[in-house]
Amino acid sequence: MPAPTLTAQLLNGFAAGLLLISFSMLSQRRTRALITLFAWQGAILFASTSLVAYSAGLRHLWYSAALTLVLKVFLLPFILLRLVRRLEAQWDTETLLNIPTTMLLGVGLVIFAFGLAQPISALATTITRNTLGIALAIILLAFLMMITRRKAVTQVVGFLAMENGLFFAATSATYGMPMVVELGIALDVLVGVLILGIFFFQIREQFESLDLHHLETLKED
Amino acid sequence: MELLLVLGVPLLGAGVLAVLGHRRGAPEVNVLVSLATLVAAALLVVRVIRHGTMLVWREQFFIDPFNVFLVALTAFVGLTTALFSRPYMRIEEHRGRVNAQRLRLYHSMYQLFMAAMLLALLTNNLGLLWVAMEAATLSTVLLVSLYRTRASLEAAWKYFILCGVGIALALFGTILLYFAAEDLLGSEGMSALLWTHLDAVKGQLEPRVIGLAFVFLLVGYGTKVGLAPLHNWLPDAHAEGPTPVSAVLSGLLLNVALYAVIRCKVLAEGSIPGVAGRMLMGFGLLSAVLASFFLWRQRDIKRLFAYSSIEHMGIITFAFGMGGVVANFAGLLHMTVHSLTKSAIFFAAGHASQTAGTQRMDGIRGLLLLSPTIGWGLMLGALAILGLPPFGVFASEFLILTTAMRDHPWATPILLGALGVAFAAIFGRVQPMVFGETQSRPLPHSPALLPVFVHLAIVLMLGVYIPPALAEWYRLAARLIG
Repeated sequence: MPAPTLTAQLLNGFAAGLLLISFSMLSQRRTRALITLFAWQGAILFASTSLVAYSAGLRHLWYSAALTLVLKVFLLPFILLRLVRRLEAQWDTETLLNIPTTMLLGVGLVIFAFGLAQPISALATTITRNTLGIALAIILLAFLMMITRRKAVTQVVGFLAMENGLFFAATSATYGMPMVVELGIALDVLVGVLILGIFFFQIREQFESLDLHHLETLKED
Repeated sequence: MELLLVLGVPLLGAGVLAVLGHRRGAPEVNVLVSLATLVAAALLVVRVIRHGTMLVWREQFFIDPFNVFLVALTAFVGLTTALFSRPYMRIEEHRGRVNAQRLRLYHSMYQLFMAAMLLALLTNNLGLLWVAMEAATLSTVLLVSLYRTRASLEAAWKYFILCGVGIALALFGTILLYFAAEDLLGSEGMSALLWTHLDAVKGQLEPRVIGLAFVFLLVGYGTKVGLAPLHNWLPDAHAEGPTPVSAVLSGLLLNVALYAVIRCKVLAEGSIPGVAGRMLMGFGLLSAVLASFFLWRQRDIKRLFAYSSIEHMGIITFAFGMGGVVANFAGLLHMTVHSLTKSAIFFAAGHASQTAGTQRMDGIRGLLLLSPTIGWGLMLGALAILGLPPFGVFASEFLILTTAMRDHPWATPILLGALGVAFAAIFGRVQPMVFGETQSRPLPHSPALLPVFVHLAIVLMLGVYIPPALAEWYRLAARLIG
């Protein structure tokens, strides 16, 4: 195996950074700090996409990098921060969270993701192929975060982190999806967050809190 | 041209209705837009019959007998639901459950939802298919929470999160599929995402990647089909949203999601023959059995029929999983009749619960005395969905069962059992609602039950006699699915 090039090493570094942020999101109790972490994840995603775009010389990847920068580093965190400020939820903390157990589960998921992605990464011809396992791990960690959290805002951040993982999978396995699709996905995510914003206010109006344990009454009776 | 009309009319209608707001004429505009969509869809059908399969706009859109048939069905049920929703929503407004602002949202989102579903059906690009499916979810989330009650907010939240996660998994599946095809079709342009191109090379795709991709796609889109064990959102969303929304969710959205699954299955069968089919059969049977037992525990009329939708989607998935022309034919027929019957039932059930002032079944009694049309509509609808001859559901279920007996005998008793359990559960609950005494009073506005009887008449006709043109069409589509 030839020595990895600088680009490949940098990319692996970025991938590791993304995974690290996923873990810190998993253990972060404060809503505000969580949103900041999400913005950082977007920033690393932007850096790694730009690097791939530069080294592979693909123009459309520059566009998607720009899209990431605008949407995930600035716009979405801004909308979310404004929302929590208006909902006065920025200092909310989650109490029911067993961090060590969640972390252990997370490590398990990462191993699982690497095992699953191993045979597939071997087939990839892109310089980014080693990172497919990490992308899958990010998706699964975000999934875990959505399952373990009980606050509406954190679930949404989990959802968006999952989307970051998907985006990373797209760039790492295939040099990105075609532009039309990427734009469509970005639009869907943005509209989704806006709708959720409306939704938060409705939930709060009805329940006077964004805690989701109120939302557990619809059961089979 | 026709294609542009089919997609443009509802989109434009959504804009117009959003600007128009809730004036006197908004429900009528909604009906007119739906009618125009149906006319455009009919033109598209004529065109496909005359010229065969077509690829339009740099191959981004692909119209073959399989999807054009679903486009026609979608436009038709879209129109009848708009007709039904006019008096229904007027009664809701009369009772103060919705106001002008919410009706504006309702009408506008209704058309947007139709546009998203039609786009999902017509596109040839698997990426766009994903975008359209997500758009269909997003446009209905606020419709499910239209009444802003606690229960409806909870239902909408569950719907959003579960379907959001599901559809994210489907996106991962799409990425894997793109990854597998990229080596063969090149990453220039969009070739590796176009279904027709993928279909041409499906035999050469790397089986391991396709296997994994199909699992993600099936679980992802399967969540939206309502396949067990990811069906949790479905009964809540159906029960808590306004009835016209339940009717289109059950009658149309589930079909569109299933369409996405089947398109992916066709691709997967190329490199992993038999595996994809067996997975569909497994999920289908599980859903049918689980749903039929859950039917017994329901007290809410709309939840009852939502579980029945899960059961029928399971049966259809099972049919497509078996594969072969006969099973696919039966699956397509069942998709049609289920969609027509279930929306008819929701229309009748909606008015029934308005009359009684509750959705709880023990509060709904003596519908025949109050309004013979609602009573008979519900009774006949229930009989039709339970697969009583001579309704069309009987014909398709009969075909599915006989095919199962021939190819997979072990599955027949399971399927028959599920159908029997469902029959007893639904019939036992509908019968006292229709007959018996009552103290409720008739509705303030006369209900529009024409759509119910039109739907049931078509289902009846399909059970007795399938017009040769339609049968030929089904056969063509069935052969395409393989």
